[in-house]
Amino acid sequence: MYGTDRLLDDRTPGVEHEESTANFLSYTAGLGLAILLTIASFVVSQTNLLWAPGIPVGLVVLAFAQIGVHLVFFLHLGSGPDNTNNILALAFGLLIVFLVIAGSIWIIDNLYANMMPMSVNMPR
Amino acid sequence: MTIATIDAVSGGLARGRGGGGPAPTRTVVAYGFWIFILSDIVMFSGLFAAYAVLSGNTAGGPTGSELFNLRNVFIETMCLLFSSYTCGLGALSAERRQRGRFLVFALFTFVLGAAFLFIEISEFADMVSKGAGPSRSGFLSGFFTLVGMHGAHVTSGLVWLIYMVAQVIAKGLRPHVLRRLLCWSLFWHALDIIWVGVLTLVYLMGVG
Amino acid sequence: MLGRLSWAAIPFNEPLPIISAAVVLIVILGVLGIITVKGWWPYLWKEWITSVDHKRIGVMYFTLGLVMLLRGYSDAIMMRSQQAIAVGNAQGYLPPEHFNQIFSAHGTIMIFFVAMPLVIGLMNFAVPLQLGVRDVAFPVLNSVSFWLTASGALLVNVSLVIGNFARTGWMGYPPLSGLAFSPDVGPDYYLWSLQISGIGTLLTGVNFVTTILKLRAPGMIYFRMPVFCWTALAANMLIIAAFPILTATFVMLLLDRYLGMHFFTNNAGGNQMMYVNLFWAWGHPEVYILILPAFGVFSEVVATFSGKGLFSYRSMVLATLGICILSFMVWLHHFFTMGAGADVNAFFGIMSAIIAVPTGVKIFNWLFTLFRGRIVFSTPILFAVGFMVTFVLGGMTGVLLAVPPVDFVLHNSVFLVAHFHNVIIGGVVFGVLAGYNYWFPKAFGFTLDERFGKASFWCWLVGFYLAFMPLYVLGLMGMTRRLQHIPDPSWRPLLLVAEVGAVVIFLGILCQIAQLYVSVRTRESRRDLTGDPWNGRTLEWATSSPPPAYNFAVLPRVETIDAFWEMKRRGLTAVEPAYETIEMPRNSPTGFVTAFFAVVTGFAAIWHIWWIVILALLAIAVTVLVFGWSENREREIRANEIARMERARLGLGRPA
Repeated sequence: MYGTDRLLDDRTPGVEHEESTANFLSYTAGLGLAILLTIASFVVSQTNLLWAPGIPVGLVVLAFAQIGVHLVFFLHLGSGPDNTNNILALAFGLLIVFLVIAGSIWIIDNLYANMMPMSVNMPR
Repeated sequence: MTIATIDAVSGGLARGRGGGGPAPTRTVVAYGFWIFILSDIVMFSGLFAAYAVLSGNTAGGPTGSELFNLRNVFIETMCLLFSSYTCGLGALSAERRQRGRFLVFALFTFVLGAAFLFIEISEFADMVSKGAGPSRSGFLSGFFTLVGMHGAHVTSGLVWLIYMVAQVIAKGLRPHVLRRLLCWSLFWHALDIIWVGVLTLVYLMGVG
Repeated sequence: MLGRLSWAAIPFNEPLPIISAAVVLIVILGVLGIITVKGWWPYLWKEWITSVDHKRIGVMYFTLGLVMLLRGYSDAIMMRSQQAIAVGNAQGYLPPEHFNQIFSAHGTIMIFFVAMPLVIGLMNFAVPLQLGVRDVAFPVLNSVSFWLTASGALLVNVSLVIGNFARTGWMGYPPLSGLAFSPDVGPDYYLWSLQISGIGTLLTGVNFVTTILKLRAPGMIYFRMPVFCWTALAANMLIIAAFPILTATFVMLLLDRYLGMHFFTNNAGGNQMMYVNLFWAWGHPEVYILILPAFGVFSEVVATFSGKGLFSYRSMVLATLGICILSFMVWLHHFFTMGAGADVNAFFGIMSAIIAVPTGVKIFNWLFTLFRGRIVFSTPILFAVGFMVTFVLGGMTGVLLAVPPVDFVLHNSVFLVAHFHNVIIGGVVFGVLAGYNYWFPKAFGFTLDERFGKASFWCWLVGFYLAFMPLYVLGLMGMTRRLQHIPDPSWRPLLLVAEVGAVVIFLGILCQIAQLYVSVRTRESRRDLTGDPWNGRTLEWATSSPPPAYNFAVLPRVETIDAFWEMKRRGLTAVEPAYETIEMPRNSPTGFVTAFFAVVTGFAAIWHIWWIVILALLAIAVTVLVFGWSENREREIRANEIARMERARLGLGRPA
């Protein structure tokens, strides 16, 4: 019912490259980068390396970088034409995640702004 | 009327624009699972959104900065990250049909994942014993549900790993077993990706 | 032992639910009895219940939808009648606690167990055939999806007789749906049945996106796919993007109700607007999930019955994708009045107006397709034309409601009720009925009776206008939705007109039942012997009616849009193709067994029978593990077997 394996087919996330040393390097490099980025996140949040109001932005940027490292080094997500479907699916997913989270925060904040002064029960 | 089938086709099948006919099984299965993972991430985004909105609603009870222990969180994060690494090395071994090495990496992955869960469950138990359980406030409901849902996924992943190890031992690294392993490792990497979100939005921002 | 379940859960003292439940039970037992006596169980088990064939699953989905239409419609007639009677001093026959269950069940059933199954049924049946392939990407998952949906439908109907259904509307807003204000089982029935069927729907989304993107006939690049497949792709992308949000939202409400959490409670930091926000972040894409495949049906029907290719295929595809993306940027228009500021309301109001534009593009494309076409006035094309007029009207009232100041007057009035029924009936129902009449011969091998088909169309059309145009006026006069008692006698005449409309729609449903009965009785005179009764354009018409299990003996090679039309234009070949062995998926009981235990889990969870919940969940886990271990999921059909079947089917002699 499905087709047979052919050379020119689309790649899917997670499938390994043909050349295995390239893969091992990919994973190890990814691990190293992810460790550095994680430590950086902790440092940014716990010290005043960054200007305080900029800390959330810094953390988000570092989070995206970590996720990117995972996608590229562990899941072998690439930018070639054989990866288009994967990238499009990811982009669509990210759009939805952004709309849901950012949209909800924007809307609920807006609702809070229009609420009467809070009593002790709802401290925000 | 007979069915017309154009067998002698002039010109190419427009491969690369998606004209190559049905894709092979492994591509179909892996892509389908990738889509499923994206849907799971959308589900988590609903929980993230709820957490973000409720994170200030502590109802006079304990806050994140009072409850979160960043040292434990760092250890948890490293455990999960290294388990992704060993998962990847295990996948490499499986692709090269190296059963023994795969099983070793699977064992490391399991141990690291179980360590993550142990720390997390201890954290939860500790919070509950201090009266900071999920029914204390909206903030804590959001916290326990988001982090707990991730933990539940990790637990399922570990159960699934045991199941996959059993299949590898019983059947060997045959194509359909490899396909299922591929799905499993996609799942495991995705859990680490979601953890990056939890780490950043819940713990690091919650304490700072 | 049995949680909070007791004999008191069965409403022995309330005649209406008990009598209707008794009637339904007698019918069900009667049907099961006939099946048993006639010895049909082995056939049903092998050919339908364990089938993983997309054509069979599509028929089962569609049947589920039609059966549940009767249940949902009886709720509708009861509400209309109550509102026609209970004016001034009259109290009507439905006390408020029943009326509230009825409008909640009506909405829940119509959206989740009528509209979704009908649309998913059509997609199941037609998409693999149109793509020129043998089945969907994950056939066993497809069966699981169907049976989980049926489980949800079963649970909702069980609430009629054991316990009660939710009284919280089909949206289930807290705090009313929270533990403090609805400690009864009603909201739990709602939540569990929708969570279970929601998993099924999500799996359908994964299945169809994978199928459409990865499994197409050779040569079928994206811009040669039929438009119905494009709309199916967009709808399933929306399923993947939206249903997980509903899952998360219901998880949170369930946690509030079962573990005393505070997501949506009045105290301890709950935020009820977050439920409304997340619900509609799912809810708006949901209506586009329903309408996009209907648009696809109309694209196929209009092109086929005009004898012309669809006007501007590219803009149709782009409009579809545009609607898909935009549908995620409008959801606040469902709660303009709930306290957001002018900036938020303005943004979502403008986006809601913009989303009408790609739909307008589609309407013009259909009109230009009809223009100078050789139109055959069959039942499907009648529904298409009726749709174009009715849906445009409903869309315009939608754009009117998209203006926040207008919505402040009309939110939750019956104007809103008229609007969404306008687009759902004019759009989704007409589309599904057009698709039903269009693809019925392909599925069963004979056409449907045209006279009853046309009669049902006219009844639906006239009935719809009679039933809902008065509601637009009443909404502007100030009538709110969900009223059990009508406070203003001057509304009565219009409500009576609406009641007449509901009866006329019921006549339309009766015509459809009659159509099916008559068509089956006289099917020999209407056999589709060629596989192409409408002179169609797309690949499903290139195989026999009904198609063999493998759909196509040899996958067609596609070179153009409207691949079958092109094949006919080039002339038919008498050369028999070279048959090869085909691998088809084996049947599997996984879907049915999983769904059975899902029903048990849901029912036990509703009634707090924890030991049964644990056991049933374990049974589901075992079923999944057994399926996950299995190999040998495919069976071979050898080339000579295919040759034999094809020759018998086509009446070909042995080749020289």
